Amino acid sequence: MDTKVGIYICSGCEIGQALDIEKLIEATNEECKPAICRTHPAYCSAEGLQQIRDDIKSDALNRVSVAACSQRQFTDLFAFGQDVLVDRCNLREHVAWSHKPQDEDEDTQVMAEDYIRMSNARLNTTEPPEPLIEEICKTVMVVGGGISGMNSALAAAAAGNDVLLVEKEDKLGGWAAKFKQVFPKHPPYHDLESSGWQELVQKVSENPKITVKTSTTIAKTSGQPGQFMVNLENGAGPEEHQVGSIVLATGWKPYDKSKLDYLGYGKSPNVVTNVELEQMVAADKLVRPSDSKPPESIAFIQCAGSRDEDHLPYCSAVCCRVSLKQAMYVREKYPDAKIYILYKDLRSPAQYERFYAHVQEDDALFMTKGEIAEVSVLAGDRLGVEVDETLLGEKIKIEADLLVLAAGMVPSTLVEDEVEAVAGEESTDDKADEGMLEDGKKEAAGAEKGANILNLTYRQGTDLPTLKYGFPDSHFICFPYETRRTGIYAAGCVRAPMDLATAASDAFGATLKAVQSIECTAQGKAVHPRAGDESYPDFFMQRCTQCKRCTEECPFGTLDEDDKGTPLLNPLRCRRCGICLGACPERIISFKDYNVNSFSQQIKSISMPDEFEEKPRILVFMCENDSYPALDMAGAHHLQHNAMVRVIPVRCIGAANTVAIGDALASGFDGIILFGCKRGDDYQCHFVRGSELAHTRMENVQEKLKQLVLEPERVKIHELEITDYHKLPQLLDDFLEEIEDMGPNPYKDM
Amino acid sequence: MAEPAAAETSLSAAILVVGGGIAGMTAAIEASEVGKEVILVEKGPSLGGAVARINQYFPKLCPPYCGMEMNYRRLRNNPKVRILTLAEVENISGAAGSYKVQIRRNPRFINEKCTACGECAKVCEIERDNEYNWGMDKTKAVYLPHEMAYPMRYLVDPAIAGDERMKACVEACEYGAFELEQKPVTLTATVGSIIWATGWEPYDAGKLDTLGFGKLPNVINNVMMERLAAQNGPTEGKIVRPSDGGEISSIAFVQCAGSRDDNHLPYCSSVCCMVSMKQATYIRERYPEADVYIFYIDIRSPGRLEDFYQKMQADEKIHFLRGKVGKITDAGNGDVTLEAEDTLTGKLQKVTVNMAILATGMVPATAAAKPPVDVPLDEYGFMLADGNPGVIGTGTTVRPVEVAATVQDATGAALKGIIVAKGVN
Repeated sequence: MDTKVGIYICSGCEIGQALDIEKLIEATNEECKPAICRTHPAYCSAEGLQQIRDDIKSDALNRVSVAACSQRQFTDLFAFGQDVLVDRCNLREHVAWSHKPQDEDEDTQVMAEDYIRMSNARLNTTEPPEPLIEEICKTVMVVGGGISGMNSALAAAAAGNDVLLVEKEDKLGGWAAKFKQVFPKHPPYHDLESSGWQELVQKVSENPKITVKTSTTIAKTSGQPGQFMVNLENGAGPEEHQVGSIVLATGWKPYDKSKLDYLGYGKSPNVVTNVELEQMVAADKLVRPSDSKPPESIAFIQCAGSRDEDHLPYCSAVCCRVSLKQAMYVREKYPDAKIYILYKDLRSPAQYERFYAHVQEDDALFMTKGEIAEVSVLAGDRLGVEVDETLLGEKIKIEADLLVLAAGMVPSTLVEDEVEAVAGEESTDDKADEGMLEDGKKEAAGAEKGANILNLTYRQGTDLPTLKYGFPDSHFICFPYETRRTGIYAAGCVRAPMDLATAASDAFGATLKAVQSIECTAQGKAVHPRAGDESYPDFFMQRCTQCKRCTEECPFGTLDEDDKGTPLLNPLRCRRCGICLGACPERIISFKDYNVNSFSQQIKSISMPDEFEEKPRILVFMCENDSYPALDMAGAHHLQHNAMVRVIPVRCIGAANTVAIGDALASGFDGIILFGCKRGDDYQCHFVRGSELAHTRMENVQEKLKQLVLEPERVKIHELEITDYHKLPQLLDDFLEEIEDMGPNPYKDM
Repeated sequence: MAEPAAAETSLSAAILVVGGGIAGMTAAIEASEVGKEVILVEKGPSLGGAVARINQYFPKLCPPYCGMEMNYRRLRNNPKVRILTLAEVENISGAAGSYKVQIRRNPRFINEKCTACGECAKVCEIERDNEYNWGMDKTKAVYLPHEMAYPMRYLVDPAIAGDERMKACVEACEYGAFELEQKPVTLTATVGSIIWATGWEPYDAGKLDTLGFGKLPNVINNVMMERLAAQNGPTEGKIVRPSDGGEISSIAFVQCAGSRDDNHLPYCSSVCCMVSMKQATYIRERYPEADVYIFYIDIRSPGRLEDFYQKMQADEKIHFLRGKVGKITDAGNGDVTLEAEDTLTGKLQKVTVNMAILATGMVPATAAAKPPVDVPLDEYGFMLADGNPGVIGTGTTVRPVEVAATVQDATGAALKGIIVAKGVN
C-alpha cells in the first residue's frame, strides 16, 4: 500500500525555543516530501489532536509522525486507529531538553532534521501489523496431580476452560496425600491443619470440565500455544489430545537420601529422613525402627544436604517448619520425649514465626544452633550427634533414640545424575558468556538427558529450560512466571522450593498465565513482555542458507528445523523480540512494523557531513526497555549530550541486525554504540539472551571491521541499567571523544 | 493511559484493584491481558508503591524501574485498565459477584493537559518535605512524584494549593493544566470482585526507644537507606552520614528491629535479612575498605536466595554477629555504639560504628486502614487469604513477602478475581 505521511512537529515543551521550527518544516517538506507537515504549540492538546485527526480524514493519511515528546508519553493519545501507523520522533527529551538551542549550536537543528527523516524512513518501511488469527484450542493441560496441579485444574475450569489433568501416579493427591498435617495457616498460627487434599481430589473428580488421566505420562508434546498436540501414554494405549496451554506442576522429589550417609543415613535403622518420618506418622508407627519401641529422645538435623555446597547449595525453604511440625507430632504421641532441633538458622518466615514461638513453649524441646561435626551409631542403636561451632563456643554431644534428617527438595525436572552436578556448580559471568550461544545447541544435544516430562518436540530441547539447580523458574523478580517456552508455565515446587500453601497460590498464578496465553493467542496477540503486539516474523525462505542461527538463538524456542536445517516457524510461540532478525546474516526475517530494511533506510536518511567538516556521525542502538527510557530521563533532567549521535530504538539490543551495523560502517559512520541490558548470571534482558547474543555478535562485527581495515573500537556495546540515566550522556560523549581521536571513517566519502 | 475523566461519576468493571504498588499493578495488568476490565485505585499520585522507592532488588541487584517500565508499557495503551490516582475507597456494599464501591478522588490540582515540562516547578517559590525520600529532602510545592512516575504528571501539595504564591506557577504553565480550585469528587464503581493490595508501611522505628532512632541522627532505618543509595535520592546515591555528610568506614545493620519481638511485631518480616545483605553491597561498592556488621538472630534467605547469603559470608569485610541489639548509644563524633546480647548464651557484644541501620519490618497497611468491608484480619492486621471470597487480599496485605513472591501471589489473585467476577465484563 502506498504510504501517505503526515508529519506533525510540536513546538511545545521548549522544542520551539530549541529549534527553528519553520526551517525544520521547510527541510522536512523538501527531503521527506510528506503529504502534510505542520506545527502546533501542543499536539497533546485537544485541538492539536483534532488537527491530526482532521488531516487523517481529509487527506487519507495512513502514516503519522508525531515529532514531539518521547514515545513513552501520551501513548494512548497519539493513536489514530488500526489503519494509521504512528511513529514518535523524540524531539523533546532527546533533542530540545538535552542540547543547546540551535542559535547557540547549529548541530541541534541538524539533529532534529535527521530525527524527523529517520521517523519518516520508519513510516515508509513499515506497515501496521495484521494479527495472525488461527483456530485454537482453549483446553489447559495440567501436568501433575498434587496440590499445585489440582488447584491449577480447578482454577482453569472455574475460569471457563476445559482441563486435561495428567498424573503419572495411579491417584491424585501428590505429597499432600502422604502428609498427616500441614503448617498452621490461620491465626493464632499455633495448630497444625489439614491440607484439604481429599476435598480437592473430590472437587477435581466431580468437575465436568476436568478430564483426569492418572497412571499417564506424556510421550510427546508438539505444536505451539493454542495448538499443542500431546501424546499420552497409559495402560489403555496411546491417546492424542489438543491443548492450548500447559501448566507444569510436577512438584519435587526428596534429595537422594543415600547421599546423607555422612549424617548416619544407612548406618542405623534409627536414622530416617523427614519424608520417612512423615510416612511413619501417617501409618501410626512413630517408633524406633530398630526395635519398635517408643523413642525417649529424638533429634532433628536441619539442612541435611541443603545449604551445603557438596549437596544442595540452596535452602529448601520448608524443612525448618517441617521439623517444627514433626516435633509437634512427636510431642502429641510422647509427652515426655526429649526433642532436639539442631539448626544453622531457624527459618520460619512471616506469621510462621508464631508457630515457631508456639513450638518453643515446649519445655522438653531444645533448639541448638551449630554445625554438625559427626554422627555416630552408639550401643543399642542409639545415635550420637556432635555439634560444633555452637553459640557456647564448645562442642556439645547429644544422644538420641531416633535421628531425623531434614532433607531438602529437588525439582522433578532434575534428572538423578544431575543432582551431583548441581553441587558445587559455579557459574561465572565468563562461563555464561561462552555458554549463551552454545545454549541452543546444548539444549538440543541434551534432549535425551532431560527429565522427559513434557517431551517437547522442540528443536531446542524436550523440556522447559531450567535455571540454576534444575528449577524451571523465571529469572525475573518482576515477572516470576516468565518461561522460555511460550504457553507453558511452571507452578509449585517444580519452580522453586515452597510450602503447600504457597504452592496452591502459585498454581493460580501459573494458571492465570496459561489462560491468558490462550486468550492472547486467540486474538493474534503476543504475551508478555510485548503483550498485545500483533506483529510476527516473516521469513523470505528463498534466500535462507540454513545457517541455523535463528533456530539456535531464539530465546523462546520458536523455530524448529527440517532435515536440511531450514527454519520452521511456529508463529504462535513467538514473543516478537526480533532476536532472530538480529541474527540473520541474510536479512530475510522481517516484521511488518520492524525490519532490517527499516534500519537501513533510517541509517541512510541520516545526514553525513564530509570528513573535512569534523562532524562525526555516531549511530546509537538503544533497547526500548531500558536505555531508551534512560535517555528520556537524562533529557528530563536536562542533562546534555553531544549532537553527533543518532538514536535508533530497537525492541531488544539482540534485535539489532549486525549486517546492517556493518553496512553503516561501510557507508561512513564513524562509530556505532549499542546499549543493551545487563547480561551474565544476573541478566536483566527481558528476552533473556538478547544482550548476551548482541555482545557475541559484536565480536563478529569487529572482525568485519578488521577486514575493512577499520579500528574495531569504532563499535562498542554497553550494558546500561534504566537508572543509569545520569551516566548515559557522559558515555555518549566519551565515545564521541574516542571516535574523534581515531579520526574520521575513511569510507566516509566513498 | 486510561484515566476516567473528572466528570465521570460511575464506572463499571469486572475487578476493582485497590493499591497501585507492584501487587496491584500486577493483578490489574494480568487480569486485563486476559481480557477483563479493571479499575485500579491508588491513593498516592503515582503507581509504583513501595518498589518505586527501592534502589535495587535482591538478589540480582537490578533496578525496580526496569520492571516498572515494562509494566507501564503494558498500561500505556491498555484501555482495559482504568487508573485512578489520588483516590481512596470509601465504602463497599454488595457481595461477591456484585459490589458497589464509592471511590473518592482527591484533587491533584493539575489536569491531564500537563506535559510534565516542569516550567511550573522552576518558578515555584514554596518547598515541601519530600515524602518520596522519607522527608530527607524537599521538593517544590508543585512537583513530579519522581522521574518514573505514572502518570507522568505534576501535582500540587494540597496543603499549599491555596497559597497566593502558586499564582506564578499557574502563569508559567502554557497548557492550562492548573486547576487550583479542584475539590474531591466521589464516584461509584460497580465491580464483580475486589483485589486488596494496599501493601505495607515500615514499622515505626521511634517505638524502639533504646535504639536511638529519631534521637541519634546516624541511626536510620532500612527504607531510608534505600533512598540514600538511589541516584534520585536526597544524596544522589552517595551514602553519607546524615549528621555531617561524612563518609563511612564502618556501619552496622540491626536485624529484627521490632520484628520477632512480642513487644513490637511478633512475626518475622521475611525480607529484612536479604534487604540488609543487599544494602551491605551498597556500602561495599562505595566504600571498599569499610567494615559492615550485621547483627542477627537467624539469617533467613530461603530457596535460591541462599546463594546471596553465601556470597556475603565469603566477603571478609562483612561480619555476621549473632545477637539481638538492645541498645544504641552516642559514642561521640556522631558515631554510635551498639550493644547486643546473644539470646541463647547471654554473651554481650559491643561495636562502635559511624552509622547504624535498623532493619525495621513490615506493617500491613490494613492494620491502620482496614478495608471498609467484612474481611477478617489477623491480630497484626494482615488479611486472611481465605477470609472473604469476593475480596481477595494479595502480596504484603496477607503476609510479609519479597517482591517476587508478591508478584507471584498477585498474578494468582488476578485469576481469583476473574473467577469471582465471572460473567462481569
